[in-house]
Amino acid sequence: MILKLSLNGRPISADIPADQSLLDFLRAQGCYSVKRGCETSNCGLCTVWLDGAPVLSCNMPAVRAMGRSVTTLEGVRAQAEEFGGYLADQGGDQCGFCNPGLIMNVLAMERELTDPTEADIDEYLAGNLCRCTGFVSQKRAILAWLKRGDKE
Amino acid sequence: MKPVSELRVVNQPIRKKDYHALVTGQPVYTEDLAPRDCLVVKLLRSPHASALVKEIDVTRAKKVPGVACVLTWRDVPQLRYTQAGQSYPEGSPYDRYILDRRLRYVGDPVAIVAAESADAAERAIRLIKVTYEVQEPVLDFRTALDHPNIVHPEEDWKILYEQGSQVERNLICHEESADGDVEAVLADCDAVVEQTYHTVSDNQAMMETFRAYSYLDAYGRLNIVPSTQIAFHVRRIIANALGIPKSKVRVIRPRIGGGFGAKQTVEAEPYPAIVTWLTGRPAMIVYDREETTTCGCPRHEMEISIRICANRDGHIRAIHMHTLSNGGAYGEHSTTTVGLSGHKAISLYGALEAYRFDADVVYTNLQPAGAFRGFGATQGIFALESAVDELAHRLSLDPAWIRERNQVRQGQVMPSYFGEVNTSCTLDRCLERVKEMIGWGEKYPRRTLPNGHIRAVGLAMAMQGSAISGIDVGGATLKLGDEGFVNLLIGAADMGTGCDTTLAQIAAEALELDVDKVVTAQVDTDSSPYDSGSYASSTAFLSGGAVYRCALELIEKIKTEACHQKGWRPEDVEYHDALVEHLPTGQTLTLSELAYVAECGGGDVPSCTAHYTCPNSPPPFMAGAAEIDLDPETGKVTVVEYDAVVDCGTPLNPNLARVQTEGGLVQGIGMALTENARYLPSGALIERNLLQYKIPTRLDIGEIHVEFAPSYEEQGPYGAKSIGEIVIDTPCPAIANAVENACGVRIRELPITAEKVWRGMHPELV
Repeated sequence: MILKLSLNGRPISADIPADQSLLDFLRAQGCYSVKRGCETSNCGLCTVWLDGAPVLSCNMPAVRAMGRSVTTLEGVRAQAEEFGGYLADQGGDQCGFCNPGLIMNVLAMERELTDPTEADIDEYLAGNLCRCTGFVSQKRAILAWLKRGDKE
Repeated sequence: MKPVSELRVVNQPIRKKDYHALVTGQPVYTEDLAPRDCLVVKLLRSPHASALVKEIDVTRAKKVPGVACVLTWRDVPQLRYTQAGQSYPEGSPYDRYILDRRLRYVGDPVAIVAAESADAAERAIRLIKVTYEVQEPVLDFRTALDHPNIVHPEEDWKILYEQGSQVERNLICHEESADGDVEAVLADCDAVVEQTYHTVSDNQAMMETFRAYSYLDAYGRLNIVPSTQIAFHVRRIIANALGIPKSKVRVIRPRIGGGFGAKQTVEAEPYPAIVTWLTGRPAMIVYDREETTTCGCPRHEMEISIRICANRDGHIRAIHMHTLSNGGAYGEHSTTTVGLSGHKAISLYGALEAYRFDADVVYTNLQPAGAFRGFGATQGIFALESAVDELAHRLSLDPAWIRERNQVRQGQVMPSYFGEVNTSCTLDRCLERVKEMIGWGEKYPRRTLPNGHIRAVGLAMAMQGSAISGIDVGGATLKLGDEGFVNLLIGAADMGTGCDTTLAQIAAEALELDVDKVVTAQVDTDSSPYDSGSYASSTAFLSGGAVYRCALELIEKIKTEACHQKGWRPEDVEYHDALVEHLPTGQTLTLSELAYVAECGGGDVPSCTAHYTCPNSPPPFMAGAAEIDLDPETGKVTVVEYDAVVDCGTPLNPNLARVQTEGGLVQGIGMALTENARYLPSGALIERNLLQYKIPTRLDIGEIHVEFAPSYEEQGPYGAKSIGEIVIDTPCPAIANAVENACGVRIRELPITAEKVWRGMHPELV
């Protein structure tokens, strides 16, 4: 079937199998930042935005994105670079495999929450697993990044 | 070497060299890099824990459109090999075929299918018809020894050197070591604790599952791009499995999405490799999470029996440990992990008059075990550091004090650690500081909150090693390039640890260069210098040692080339600040100038390779302390705070050392509280995905605080020892000790579930 959507701001039209997941579709489109870490929809690695809201692309059929706007890390490179610098300053990038899903959710969190507490942050990002960092360096990075405006 | 205070690049918290690619999601991992026309490889796996393939019919499977090949045991070389990534001769038994007629655990591969699409491969797998001759499996490692059913009855089973194996008894290996008369000291002590502890086969659960792709290059050689920690060992293992010359295999390591020891075993690589070798087509396999969890190489399940004794004054005088380890269906890393459960636990105690350690590792028809961060030491330290607390309570002594009284100190000979001298150690400072951080004085043993919850503290010590002494080899090549930059070629594997950066920091420090002028290359067995790979806490210490030595050699070559170019005498020149100075005249030659001339008729373009192996393995040390919240109504234990102080020698990059520690502690908290591995009566694993196998989320960990108490290890680069493994070792005993301090219940079987604690608190009801 023909799927039409906006991918990172570009109109896309593609002939896809009806049962293709959004994750597989996005990787087929060259969006390699989108990773798979589980089959149970609870690792967060495949997080992308659908009309600006974070979703797990592994458990969503690509056709659900028909006529809608999908954003992957490739589409928010400048913001990823900015937050990623804070993450790297803590050594929190580590193996990097969970970074894209985490960063998509961190960027969405900043839009969605006003002055989040540490508990709010943990709650919002609870679905983003990471096996390298133990999450602590990620939190240091997020807190420093959220305060970045204060210095200016 | 310079003192730590004068270092300019080493010991600095710089960003990882690859961070930009990682935070912008660049295609740098195995699956991202594979050719688009790769065949998709899938495996048919055994539903039985023990069975023989009586008949297998692949006729219909082969007819599925898009199927390139269907391979059974008849189609692959019947050559026994081991998948363990170890230096040759490997300690692990050669007990596998790529596909075997005998199936030894639920998940053992029965057939390999390669097709143009995943759909076609899966359809073909469903059409393979197998008749199994099902046999009675060996499912309990406590009764595996001398079990009537033998896991490996085959005649071509072999082991490369004697380790006490008796395969007809399901015994993979047996080990004994001792110093002094343990029985006499035990009989002479005021208090003896005798207990047995049990740890399960925790899963590494790295975010990137097992995967590899392969292709033939222009020379007809088999190129493999696996997610691996052990590029050079993969080359040997694949050549062994396929029965082809090593010269026909090239292994290239891209970025790796975590390993934690899992990728020290060859798991996925043989399947695309044999497909490519037989069909000539590029092929890729990507394990899903369930395959990675059920058909991988988790931690060895161990049952550890301890007898430990002390006098009333708290002097711990003797320890006897016996470890029974569950190797599972194949023996990867079985003979090596078990030793650490004794040697790297007992050696924490420096005032012993006698010790004994003996161990047996057995085959069972369960998922084969392998290497997981901590590698046996984690299990042994859980057991011994639990037993020490039990002993302290028996003597009504403060568990922190009994450790202070008995802990190993710098300069001591460690009989249970192969007689090595403890060359660098601040364990005393680690323990003292961690007590301050957790507030031991005020919080030990417990207090009750207004809501009825109990807050309690517990602590533990740990040690590990730095590389396998006298066996493993670190390697480094440095090449000077134009503009005076330097290529650093290594065989170690950056699996997120940041060693591509920390090793460059060592080179930059020695060469007095900006770290950006040191360019680290990813591993390629055709061009990288030999290195055993990244495991056994080796990279910072051993590969780092090689980089340091290589840099010193390069400086000599640079000076020689400068003299050649300028007609200077060798005794008149000095290297500093990326230039060669002619001392009598004050003339200088920069690296950039030297390199340009050398590259155009000058002479030798300076480059060199160095290797490093160390006759001993200096242990890092640490102390960890947990404060827990225990809900007496449910038995649920939550970590409120976890503090740790680590002696890893000089932290090469304090940021990366800190993150290693935090990550290891959280893995340890998971192992202590939530990560379980149980089997159904069929031998199938229950915890088979990330919903059931519960690694910690960011809501489960409490406050984590990490500090360093660096010693200076003369044998390591700029005083460094290892950090990667030790950091997982303290949470299990520290949390178990805190639970006893909270409610008097001693949990000797991991994980510490609410149910176990509650049942312990209500013995009258169970």
